[in-house]
Amino acid sequence: MNYFVIVDVTLRKGIADPEGSTIERALPALGFTGVSNVHAGKSFRFDVEAPDESAALEKATALAQRLLSNPVIEDATARLAQKV
Amino acid sequence: MTRIGVVVFPGSNCEYDAASAVTELGAESAFVWHSESDLSGFDGIILPGGFAHGDYLRPGALARFSPVMEAVARYAAEGGPVLGICNGFQVLAEAGLLPGALQKNRGLTFLSQPTTIIVDSTSSVLTRNATKGQELVVPINHFSGAYTCDDATYDALVANDQIVLRYRDNPNGSRDDVAGVANEAGNVVGLMPHPERAMSTLLGSADGRVLLESFVGVNVPADTATSR
Repeated sequence: MNYFVIVDVTLRKGIADPEGSTIERALPALGFTGVSNVHAGKSFRFDVEAPDESAALEKATALAQRLLSNPVIEDATARLAQKV
Repeated sequence: MTRIGVVVFPGSNCEYDAASAVTELGAESAFVWHSESDLSGFDGIILPGGFAHGDYLRPGALARFSPVMEAVARYAAEGGPVLGICNGFQVLAEAGLLPGALQKNRGLTFLSQPTTIIVDSTSSVLTRNATKGQELVVPINHFSGAYTCDDATYDALVANDQIVLRYRDNPNGSRDDVAGVANEAGNVVGLMPHPERAMSTLLGSADGRVLLESFVGVNVPADTATSR
């Protein structure tokens, strides 16, 4: 069975996020006020072949932590989703 | 003769600079393709600058899984001298052979400029011929060079004398101006500046020589090293 997985990779709390802060500083110039706490990250999506949901999630989490993120500076979370 | 291996990943682009610097210092150099797994016969290994595997995902993230990296890890564990320059530093950090990580520069600009770095520790294979506090002008050429680590790691680095080089005027947002770090044993070193591009005053600076002489001279007896 194939499961659709989305992995979000974000910088760990306390790690400088120059992309996020640059975006945040640019927003008022474009007329978007009242936007704060902007964080930049990465999103990955893929299909995982596994016998059931929990096995799919386990596999996705393992690869997200081993390859898709650098645990020194990033957190990775995997979740199952419906393909649109 | 001292023999230094220069690892070449798909996307490396400073391997000739590194090999040329090694040769100029009187040692022999040989390229090691990233799919190889035998590092026997080398007196030191250099991971050069560039964009290994296109820097896709994160700099060093994919290079870390190249077959040669298992050999580099074994070589390092046996005490073999390993030097990562720029992208090579990023690869060593991703591979867990050096602590911490390299993030995008503060300011999000690619930096290509001479920088002044200060020798902070002489207990590594890269700095043993230098003196503490010595200022060196060496170029940087990177987008992801901001050294980052957590407080516990940083405290351990300071306590073990593993911070090898610091920037005089922090160009990229590195934590506490860190430009280069070593592992606990001092035989694995990574730095973002390019000492192999500072080999001649004619080309701007010869300050990289003292660093690479330290590295290349690792297995040369002290009496012959000084007479060379």
